[in-house]
Amino acid sequence: MAEGHSAVVTPMSGGASGENYLTTGKGPLSWLFTLDHKRISVMYMVCILGSFLLGGVFALLIRTELWSPGATIMTADTYNKMFTLHGAVMIFLFIIPGIPAALGNFVLPLMLGAKDVALPRLNLLSFWCWLAGATVCLVSIVVGAVDTGWTFYTPYSTTTSTAVVSMTLGAFILGFSSIFTGLNFIVTIHTMRPEGMTWFKMPLFLWSLYSTAIIQVLATPVLGITLLLLIAERTLGVGIFDPALGGDPVLYQHFFWFYSHPAVYIMILPAMGIISELVSVFSGKRIFGYRMIAWCSIAIAVLSFLVWGHHLFTSGQSGLLNMIFSALTFTVAIPSAVKVFSWLATMYKGAISLAAPMLYVLSFLFLFAIGGLTGLFLGSLSTDIHLHDTYFVVAHFHYVMFGGTVIAFLGGIHYWWPKMFGRMYSEFWARISAALIFVGFNLTFFTQFVMGSHGMPRRYYNYLEVFKPYHQASTVGSYILGVAFMIMAYYLLHSLVRGEKAPENPWGGATLEWATASPPIATNFEHEMVGLDPYDIDSLRFDRETGNYVRKDPGSIFSKRTGDE
Amino acid sequence: MAGSDHSHHNPDLAHHFENMDQQRQSSKLGMWLFLVTEILFFGGLFCAYVVYRVNHPEVFVFGHHFLDKTLGAVNTVVLICSSLTMAWAVRAAQLKQRTILMLMLVLSFVLAGTFLGVKYVEYSHKWHHGLLWASRYAPDAHILAEAGFEVPEAHVEEAVSERAEGAPAGETIPAIEALPVDETTPETPLDEVADPEISKIGPAAAGPAGLATAGDRASAEAERHAVSVDPANARTFFSVYFLMTGLHGIHVILGMIAMLWLMKLTFQGAFDGGHYTKVDNIALYWHVVDLIWIYLFLLMYLID
Repeated sequence: MAEGHSAVVTPMSGGASGENYLTTGKGPLSWLFTLDHKRISVMYMVCILGSFLLGGVFALLIRTELWSPGATIMTADTYNKMFTLHGAVMIFLFIIPGIPAALGNFVLPLMLGAKDVALPRLNLLSFWCWLAGATVCLVSIVVGAVDTGWTFYTPYSTTTSTAVVSMTLGAFILGFSSIFTGLNFIVTIHTMRPEGMTWFKMPLFLWSLYSTAIIQVLATPVLGITLLLLIAERTLGVGIFDPALGGDPVLYQHFFWFYSHPAVYIMILPAMGIISELVSVFSGKRIFGYRMIAWCSIAIAVLSFLVWGHHLFTSGQSGLLNMIFSALTFTVAIPSAVKVFSWLATMYKGAISLAAPMLYVLSFLFLFAIGGLTGLFLGSLSTDIHLHDTYFVVAHFHYVMFGGTVIAFLGGIHYWWPKMFGRMYSEFWARISAALIFVGFNLTFFTQFVMGSHGMPRRYYNYLEVFKPYHQASTVGSYILGVAFMIMAYYLLHSLVRGEKAPENPWGGATLEWATASPPIATNFEHEMVGLDPYDIDSLRFDRETGNYVRKDPGSIFSKRTGDE
Repeated sequence: MAGSDHSHHNPDLAHHFENMDQQRQSSKLGMWLFLVTEILFFGGLFCAYVVYRVNHPEVFVFGHHFLDKTLGAVNTVVLICSSLTMAWAVRAAQLKQRTILMLMLVLSFVLAGTFLGVKYVEYSHKWHHGLLWASRYAPDAHILAEAGFEVPEAHVEEAVSERAEGAPAGETIPAIEALPVDETTPETPLDEVADPEISKIGPAAAGPAGLATAGDRASAEAERHAVSVDPANARTFFSVYFLMTGLHGIHVILGMIAMLWLMKLTFQGAFDGGHYTKVDNIALYWHVVDLIWIYLFLLMYLID
């Protein structure tokens, strides 16, 4: 990759060597045993995108099978395994660790002006746990896979002959990875903030990672014990969830969703944080409603623990509970909407630049709004009875998970790519790919809203002839998505070799990660930093010669405390 | 600048921290957060305990007769003493008293081992009498009689014979089929009234439990009075008992490993400089393990 002797654009990293975190230390072991948060982040990124590819292949196989009713390319049993694996891989291996572990790990210490996260060894342990968990999951897929759906609902999961134990064991280990990352972020934000950065001078991405981390720490252990009980159920027969042994399968559903609903916010909160950063930078304007966005992140984290029962409306839960959970579910709409309106208000009368990251922001706003609003149909009791377990639900959560989280993740990758690897990608192909993803996504999933409201049940192998046009449109959409991702993989990899050298601050962000070299040196900063207003875009001016944004007052971000130990 | 900056720093200070205070705070906060996850981890089991106890109190009243209160109390005292020695160890580390620190760590380790020894005695007693988790639950007549319970003869006979025969050659029966209760449990009135004309769906083997029967007050009331016999789903108690104490036992073992690690560090003189954070953190963990046991003792042994 980037040669050591290459000319360095930035005045900051004027060190004679031009060393950066990618070139400090050579060989695979220097990566596998690194304590550098940036390297751990890159390893996470590679592995997580690999999982995304795997989950995507499963998705394309599912869509291909659904091209026609009955058998198209696989048997019903294989199909059941395919949708289970698509869900399990995408949720546990890709989307939950996705933004915090891959992007958060890189950006969080940089935004704090710190040299690393507070607990670097734990950070590495988190990555190793991910590797171990992913390996167990892959072994499980090879030895027989699972056909329970990614939720592992009892009693089917205690009776099916597929590899439930190894898959849940994998998810259990992955839980440790998630807990360690979250715990580390909370500690880092508490103890490593630089001089001058009070809580309300933190970039909003850090607020969102903080609230995400709270959920990771509080909810993941409950999934851990749930999966452990499921494993004990299958291996020992403890009967906690088995009605034949005096247990209660609905208790499993309560346990499972007590984690898995907050987990939905583990996925979306960091995505919202990315949007808050990007929308300000690419509108050339201070973020609107900073405090409200920060508080709303915390509010969403708190509310996330109070709504799990809306997954159990049809499971025989009492009517009173249904009403309470339904009402609490609606309250989540308030902080979410506050955020969306704040982003729109940030764009209002801004100097909007339609660079690739901003295209993802616009996609996000559009798709997340649809995803959020359709959530209200599922949160209200009467309509949910009709829509429960139909494609409407599938479309809804894909609009939130893909249209929200994945789109923001992609926006974040494009935004921080120059910082991570010191290279610019092809803007032209990035825009083409962003547009194709938007079109392909809507074609794939909007049709599913229609199908679902007409009664097409989810997870079915076969379907009535009348649904055929919708299924075929959806499948075509998924192929467009596949092509768009191939284009993206090509131009991103190409940029690593042939890409233009990235300046220190190509977009004009005022947060601290843009105040160091691209890519940063191993210890992140040459000076001790201070926390200034992260949205003071006007403190920067564009330097035409280098294509770089520089501070009008270059000394302002360095700590005046020199030499004190 | 960055290179020479740290040359005369404390060697215990990691490169990314500004001073020891920041490092200590980070490590301490990390440990507290980890303990929060531990509490939530056990919280799931406590939650299961509450659900089953509220819906089937008779099962817990029945089950607790088979736990040895004396041994439980001894173990509680043992663990509380080990908490004391761990706290003392922290004090010794703060005061740089290497010998006392070592002594306290060894004492804590021995007390933890004693706890596990007593637990082994309890477990093996239950193993011998078939007082095990759901699918292996098959108490022998003596142990039930000893505790003052009458059990329908057929129930015991069947249970014993099925266990004695073991699985028929080559045939792996699913755990559920090997259960003795299926036919004899008093809780299957549905069985009698079921009219094949009306429903072709067989009744559940033991009737639903847990949340689902919360509304079924009448039968719960009836069961509550009939504590002189082995109540339906008594097995649930032993499932919960083994899960909770087993998981706690694993945490005790992890604590003992951590103590060994501290002993090694002490031997190497790692705490001679007064940087006691590691001892402090392990002690915090140990207190939580202790605390969880106190709850287990109250909730499992001291029902009534």
